[in-house]
Amino acid sequence: MTDTVAAPLQVREVVRGMALPELRKDPVTKQQLVKYAGASGDYNLIHTDDETARRVGLDGVIAHGMLSMAFLGQYLCWLGGPESVRRLSVRFVAMVRPGDVLTCKGRVRASTGEAGGRRITIDLWAENQRAEQVTVGDAELVVS
Amino acid sequence: MSEPLVPTSLIGRQSDAVLIEVERGAIRKFAEAVGDTTSACLSGEIAPPTFATTIRIAIPDLSYDLARVLHAGQEYRLHRPIRAGDRLRCRARLADVYTRDGRLGAMTFLIIEVEGREEAGAPVFTGRSTVILR
Repeated sequence: MTDTVAAPLQVREVVRGMALPELRKDPVTKQQLVKYAGASGDYNLIHTDDETARRVGLDGVIAHGMLSMAFLGQYLCWLGGPESVRRLSVRFVAMVRPGDVLTCKGRVRASTGEAGGRRITIDLWAENQRAEQVTVGDAELVVS
Repeated sequence: MSEPLVPTSLIGRQSDAVLIEVERGAIRKFAEAVGDTTSACLSGEIAPPTFATTIRIAIPDLSYDLARVLHAGQEYRLHRPIRAGDRLRCRARLADVYTRDGRLGAMTFLIIEVEGREEAGAPVFTGRSTVILR
């Protein structure tokens, strides 16, 4: 399980501009989109029903943008631990379809000492198997 | 400028506070759907950073066609993680409405904020969504 090597930021020297380890997710599946719809309460049918998606001009269902954001949330938990996350801000810049394989990547923008630890600002994104960024943003973690 | 699809007179409109009881099972279900292997999330103890998306609160008089919605951006600020057993007073607010001309013609932007506080008032999270209606 990924979590057995969790919190790599806490065991590393953090340097501005440093590329962070990557987290590759399993391919997005239609079943996952149905599960995510149920778990999140986002029942917009463009994510689960091909007919509805085609009616609005798509080729078929597309993933919830929030699913790719949740992948980045998992990435932050992996990097700093689930208690470390203070902010995650993203823009959804490209669609994700079933079968796409997303990889979470990031880079340290800043690291400053503060009471209780270090505040680390990260530029991060999820990209697909064609190396196209789909969800892009930044985040802040506080690690001890 | 064209008229926004939502009247600007609704800016500032907010919901009543809603008490949300965070359940361990809801956290687990969310982590499993995402494939989040963080052990404290899979066990349902600590909510993943985007879990607040499950807290959906309608803003009075704000309605739009779901098929015309694009979710353009999202932010979460966490004062601390959301945990199983939390009782959060949550509120949604329409923070802004404006139009922009884009490739697809006039687009209406909505900025929707959701905040959650402990019952004693301490802030726990704020969410800020940028939604485009076209």
